[in-house]
Amino acid sequence: MNAIVATAKPMISRGFRLQWEPAQNSHVLLYPEGMVKLNGSAGEIMKRCDGARTLAEITADLEQSFGATGLSGDVHAFVSFALEKKWLEIRT
Amino acid sequence: MAGNSHVSASTHKPGPPLWLLLELTYRCPLHCVFCYNPVDFARTEEELGTDEWIRVLREARALGAVQLGLSGGEPLMRDDLEAIVGEAHTLGFYTNLITSGVGLNETRIKALKDAGLDHIQLSFQDSTREMNDFLSSTRTFDLKSKVAALIKKYDYPMVLNVVLHRLNIDHVEQILDMAERFGAEYVELANTQYYGWAWKNRDQLLPSRAQVQRAEETTQRFREKIGQRMRIYFVVPDYFERRPKPCMNGLGSVFLTIVPDGTALPCHAARMLPGLEFPNVREASVGSIWYDSPGFNHFRGDAWMKEPCRSCPEKAKDFGGCRCQAYLFTGDPANADPVCDLSPHHHLVEEAVASAAQRTVQEKPLLFFRDQRNSRALSSQ
Repeated sequence: MNAIVATAKPMISRGFRLQWEPAQNSHVLLYPEGMVKLNGSAGEIMKRCDGARTLAEITADLEQSFGATGLSGDVHAFVSFALEKKWLEIRT
Repeated sequence: MAGNSHVSASTHKPGPPLWLLLELTYRCPLHCVFCYNPVDFARTEEELGTDEWIRVLREARALGAVQLGLSGGEPLMRDDLEAIVGEAHTLGFYTNLITSGVGLNETRIKALKDAGLDHIQLSFQDSTREMNDFLSSTRTFDLKSKVAALIKKYDYPMVLNVVLHRLNIDHVEQILDMAERFGAEYVELANTQYYGWAWKNRDQLLPSRAQVQRAEETTQRFREKIGQRMRIYFVVPDYFERRPKPCMNGLGSVFLTIVPDGTALPCHAARMLPGLEFPNVREASVGSIWYDSPGFNHFRGDAWMKEPCRSCPEKAKDFGGCRCQAYLFTGDPANADPVCDLSPHHHLVEEAVASAAQRTVQEKPLLFFRDQRNSRALSSQ
């Protein structure tokens, strides 16, 4: 489950699009003929997955934005899940 | 919703029409015998103009619609398709083009890509030139192969849709081989849904249970061979199930179709339902159509249900199945979908399946190709 390294730079997969939907008051992930409605924390993680920032940087940014510490485990777990679902990809 | 005497069957306000399907035209260069379009499409008067489609997009997007399907007929028959895609993309829709590929050359695919088209689903009738051309009553196979290459070239995921029925279901292996040759990433083997032309041709198209089983086994073997490279979806024909599909997630819950003349429907086929009037975007806003019109409110919630659905614990899961199928088989769209083995009409589906199994393959098929001439003839019946 925790095979991703902290220097990996996840990004939204080709063919997927993340956007904020006021009508649903949440981030949604759009893909061919489908949609996933993300909860608050999933949306905050996903919107930082821009292919430029490393997992460590994303975690640090989240901790700073929300005045929290020790988010690394949660962020790793969600990113692993999203990679498995092919919502995110890591280009090498 | 003040002043509306047609009280919604549901106690709470429905969510937005998340899925918008625009059937831009009924014109189509193919004449597929399994098409779900209405057999009387030749009656359709003027198609909506570009400005009207764009107004529909804006109003639907403002309500919260996110997924957009552009279909038909063949949507490429509209020379304003690029303009429609461009506006949809700017508004924030995820845009899906559902096409036979006929009319998609390099100039158009480039223009569509530049306009922001997200996704293309390409349909094939079968894996061979002869069968593809026979089933669609045209000569298109080579052209589609070229289109498949263009789709790859423009960096779209290659998504193939093949509608299965008795005349091609035994070719599943060849179809999957073809898909692999095209570099398809997703293949949908969608058994025919029997509406419109497909209903008209049902006796010739419904496969036997043994055929369906063999096709599923073949598909499974192919999946194991090919692994993750190609995802294959096999959609079982619901006539062979014991419970109905949750059609449209319940009418009026997420899905909104606008047909070429501007009529708004809660599903592609709903126009056939008797006793309901469906509004037209030429006369009403998308918001008032979705939230206030009797046509959209009628089958919301469960107040319309009869037994055995009304007291069924599964009604929240399948919404009683498909209203159109209930109507086609039983004459009353408020009945349970007869696919359900709890329906008192289930025997009608079983009889259709049993009679399909008894037919011989040698029998000469008598098919109604989906074309203007047949449509006009069937419209006057």
